[in-house]
Amino acid sequence: MNWRRASLGVAAALPVIALLAWGMTRDPKDIPSPLPGKSAPSFALSVFAPGQQPLARTIGDTVRLADLRGQVVVLNFWASWCLSCRDEHVTLSAVARRYAGKPIQFLGVLYNDEPVSGTAWIKEMGGQSYASLNDPGARTAIDYGLYGVPETFFLDVHGRVAYKQTGPASAQVLARVADSLLAVAEKDGAPTKRNQ
Amino acid sequence: MKCAVRFVVVAALWAGPLASAGPGQGAPASAPPSGVVTPAVDSALEARTSAIASQLRCPVCQGLSIQASPSELAQQMRSVVRDQLAAGRSPADVQAYFVSKYGEWILLSPAPRGINLIVYALPVLLVLGGLLAVVLAVRRWTTAPAESVTH
Amino acid sequence: MNGLIGHGALLISVAVIVLGIGAGVMAGRLRTQDWINAVYSAVYTNFALVTIATGAMVVALVTHDFSVSYVAQVGSRATPLFYTIISLWSALEGSILFWGWVLSLYAAVVVWTNRRRAGALVPWSATALLSVSLFFAILLIGPANPFHLVYPVPTDGPGPNPLLQNHILMAVHPPLLYLGYVGMTVPFAFAVGAMLSGEIGSNDWIKLTHRWTLLSWGFLSAAIIAGMWWSYEVLGWGGYWAWDPVENASFMPWLTATAFLHSAIMQERRGMLRLWNVNLVVGTFVLTILGTFLTRSGIISSVHAFTTGTIGYFFLAFIALVLVASLGLVAGNSDRLGSVGHLDSAASRETVFLLNNLFLTVFMFTVLVGTLFPLVAEAIRGVKVSVGEPFFNRMSLPVVIVLVFLMGVGPALPWGRASRDELRRKLVPPAAGTALLLAIALAAGMRNAYALAVVALAGYSIVANAREIVIGMQARHEAHGEAWGVALLKLAGGNRRRFGGYLAHIGVFAVAIGIAASSSMRSDREATLKPGESVTIAGRTLRLKSVWGREETQRSVVGATLEFVENGRVAAIIEPRMNFYPASQQPVPTPAVRSSLLGDVYVNLQAFRPDGSNVTVKVIYEPLVPWIWAGGLIVVLGAITSILPQRVRVAREADARQPATGARGALAGLHANVEAT
Repeated sequence: MNWRRASLGVAAALPVIALLAWGMTRDPKDIPSPLPGKSAPSFALSVFAPGQQPLARTIGDTVRLADLRGQVVVLNFWASWCLSCRDEHVTLSAVARRYAGKPIQFLGVLYNDEPVSGTAWIKEMGGQSYASLNDPGARTAIDYGLYGVPETFFLDVHGRVAYKQTGPASAQVLARVADSLLAVAEKDGAPTKRNQ
Repeated sequence: MKCAVRFVVVAALWAGPLASAGPGQGAPASAPPSGVVTPAVDSALEARTSAIASQLRCPVCQGLSIQASPSELAQQMRSVVRDQLAAGRSPADVQAYFVSKYGEWILLSPAPRGINLIVYALPVLLVLGGLLAVVLAVRRWTTAPAESVTH
Repeated sequence: MNGLIGHGALLISVAVIVLGIGAGVMAGRLRTQDWINAVYSAVYTNFALVTIATGAMVVALVTHDFSVSYVAQVGSRATPLFYTIISLWSALEGSILFWGWVLSLYAAVVVWTNRRRAGALVPWSATALLSVSLFFAILLIGPANPFHLVYPVPTDGPGPNPLLQNHILMAVHPPLLYLGYVGMTVPFAFAVGAMLSGEIGSNDWIKLTHRWTLLSWGFLSAAIIAGMWWSYEVLGWGGYWAWDPVENASFMPWLTATAFLHSAIMQERRGMLRLWNVNLVVGTFVLTILGTFLTRSGIISSVHAFTTGTIGYFFLAFIALVLVASLGLVAGNSDRLGSVGHLDSAASRETVFLLNNLFLTVFMFTVLVGTLFPLVAEAIRGVKVSVGEPFFNRMSLPVVIVLVFLMGVGPALPWGRASRDELRRKLVPPAAGTALLLAIALAAGMRNAYALAVVALAGYSIVANAREIVIGMQARHEAHGEAWGVALLKLAGGNRRRFGGYLAHIGVFAVAIGIAASSSMRSDREATLKPGESVTIAGRTLRLKSVWGREETQRSVVGATLEFVENGRVAAIIEPRMNFYPASQQPVPTPAVRSSLLGDVYVNLQAFRPDGSNVTVKVIYEPLVPWIWAGGLIVVLGAITSILPQRVRVAREADARQPATGARGALAGLHANVEAT
C-alpha cells in the first residue's frame, strides 16, 4: 500500500466532495429573476373583477401600466386553480385596503384561467378589495418571466421592478416593501396621485 | 352524485385551454368546413418556431423544452416565439427576449461563453487526449520483446 | 405489530452487520476458518433479518396497516392489490428498504457461491458488502425509517403517487433498476477485497468480477430500456429520454460497466489494463452512489427526485467516505497494477477494445460534466444555467457514431494480429450493409445527417457481427458436417460469451436505429376535434368517435375514442385517457399507442370540454420506436447467453491464454479462432 499515492488519491476526492456539500446549500428550484432593477414590462389589460370600494374599477376598463406612473404598483399573478394563492388572498386584500388613499395601486392578474372561474373563486373567498385583470394567452405573464403562481411584483414610482416575491406573500413582506417604496417616492417628491 | 360533481368541477379546469386555444392565439385554423382539421398554414414558420422552441426550457416542467412540453405555458410561449418570428425578429433576438425575462436558465444549452465553455471543451479535450494516450500505449506495447507470430 | 417486527429486525441487523464487519476484518488479516465462518454467517443472518423486515412491510401494505408510517404515506384502500404491493418502492423509505434487501440478497448469494474459495478475497469482499449494507441499515433505523408508529391510526391513506399507478411497467422498472444498480456493489466489493487481500495482481478476481458485472449489467440494461418505455407510455410527450439527471445517473454506470466488460477480457487474455480495470469497477460503484445522492439530496431538480430532508446529508457523508476510501485505496495500490502489456499489432481486436473503452469513458464524462455543470456554474458565477437535451444530444451523437462503428470492427478483427489481406477480407464486405441500410433510410425519407450516419454504420456493424456468426456456423458445418440450425446452436453453446456479445451488439444496433429513425423522422399534429371530425398524420386518418368519462375505484377517468379509418372502414380504435386522482391537483394522462413493426401512432389527450363536445389531441407518428424495445430485449438475451456457465472451460482457457499461434491446420485454426473468446 503506497501511502503517498493514497493520500494524493484522497486529495483528489476533496474538491468533488466540497462541490457536492456546497450544492446541498442551494435550492435548484429557486431561480432568480432578471427583472428587478429594470423597467417594468408594459401592459394594457382589461378588468374582469371590479374589486370593492374605495379601490373598485369598472369591468371592461383597460388598465395601462403607463397610466400608473408616479405610483407604487403591486402586481399579483394568481389563478383559481392555484392552492397557494388561497394562503395569501386575505392578506393581500386586507393590506390593499389599509393602503387605500396612498399613492399605491394593487392589481391582480389572472394567469391561465377563465375570468368566469376567477370571479367564482373571488366570490367563494369572500371578495377581493382590488381589481383583477385578465391576461389572455399569458402574454403579460411571459413578459414578467412568470414561473408559476402566485408571484407578486413590486414596481416603484418610476416604473421599475423593485422586488419580486415568489410564492405567497406575507403581510410583513407586503408592508415592508410597500412602505420602503412609498418612502422613497415621498423623498423623490413624486406627485401623489389619488387611486383611480 | 358526488362523483358527477367532482367530475364536472375537475373537468372545468380544462375549459381554460380549450377557450384560449381559440382563433387568433396561434392554434390551428378555426371552424373546418369538412370533417378534417387543417394544420397550421405556414410550415416554414412552424419549422423555425420548432427549432427555437426546442432550445427553450419549459419553466413549469422538468427539463422539457417548450417544443416537447404539453403544458399550457409551453404552448403560450411557443405562440410568443411564432409571433415574434412572424414579425421579423431573428432567432437570436427571440432567445435574447426570453433570457431577459427568465434568465440564462431558460436556455437548454448553455450559451457557449465564458465558463460555459468547459462543458463543450472538456469532452473534446478528453477525446483528443485519450486518442493520444491510446496511440502511445499501442506503440509501447507493440515494440514487442516476444517474437511475433501469425495464425 | 408489523411495525414492531420490521423495525426490530432492522435494529438487530445493524448489530449483526457491525459484528460481521469486525469478524471480516479479523478474517481478512488472520485468515482462520473461524473468523471466515463468522463473517459469512453475518451475511446470511443480515439477509434473513432484512427479508423479515421487507416481508413485514409487504404484509403491512397488503393488510392496510396504517399504523405503519410508510403505509400511511402510500397506502390506500382504494388502490388495487397489484399497485399496493408495488408501492413498496414508490416512495423514499420503501425504496431504501428495497435497496437494503437487494443488497443483502446479493451479498448472501456471493458468499454462498464462493464459500469454498480459499484465500482472503471473499472474506474481505463480504466485509466490503457489509459495510455498504451498514449505511443503508443506519438510514433505515434513522432518517428513512418506514416503520414509525402512527398514532392515532388513520383509517385510510392517500395512495401511491398517481403517476406510478398508471402502468404495469412500474412493476418492472424499479426492481430491475435496483438489481442492476445495487448489483454494481458486488464488483466493487471484489475489487476492494482483491486490493485488501493482495490478490489484485492475479487474474482470478477479474474473472469473478467480470461474471458478476455481466449479471448486473444485464439487469441495468433491461431497467434503462424499461424506464424509457414507461416514460414513453405514461408521460404524454411522446419521448423516451430527456437527459434528466436521474436518467443520466443510471446511464453513467452503464457506460463504465460496458467498458469494463470489454477491458476485463483484455486483462484475462493479456494481463493488461489492470489498474484501468480497478478504476472502472470502483468508478462504476461510485457513480451509482453519486446518482442516488443526486436524486435524493435535492441538490439537482429532476423528474424523479424524491422528497428531500436530512437524508441528503447522510448520503453526502456516505459518498464522501466512499470517494475517499476508493480513491485512496486505488491510488495506494496503483504501483502494483502497472500493465505488463504486449500487443502483437495495432491492427487487432485489442486496439479496438482500447478505443471502445476510450469513447465509452469520454461519453460518461460528457454526461457527468453536463449533469453537474449547473452546480459548478452557480458556484463560480452565481448564475443558474440549464444543461438539457440539445446539449447532450449534440455532444453524444459523434461518440455514439464512433461506438457503433467500433462495434462492427471489433468482432471482425482477430485477436493478436491481422494481415493486410485479412483486414481487407474482414472489413470491406460489411460495407454492403452500409449501402443497403443507407439506401433504405434515404428512400424512407430520412435526411438528417447524424441519423443517416448512425443507420449507415449500424448497417455495417450488423453485417460484420452477422458474418462472424455465419462464418462460425460454416466452420462447424464443414468440420463436423452439422446442419445449419444445429451449427448455430452449437456455436452459441460452444462459446457463450462471444455469442452473447454478438447478440448484445445486434440489440444495440436495433436500439440505435430505432432512436435515429424516431427522433429524426418524427411528425406531430395538434387538433381540436368534435365527434365525427378527423385528423391525418403520416398517411393515417384518425376520426373522433366519442368523448366519455367513468369512475374507477381509485380515480375518475375521462377518455376519447378515436378510430383509424382506412379505405372508409374502421381498422382499429385507440383511446387516450386522462386520469384524475383525488390526491393530486394535476391529472395524469395515459396516452394511447398503436404499435406496428414500422412505427407507432401516439395519441395524447391534451384537453376536453366538460360537456364532451370537443377534445384537443396531440397525434405523433414515431417511426421504428418498437425497435428500441425489441433491441433492448435482444441485448438482455445476449447478457443471459453470456452469463450461462460453460462446460469444458479449462482446455479452452489454456488455448486462449497463448497469443495466437500458427502450426495449425487452416480449418482447425478457423475453428479455434471462432471458439476462443
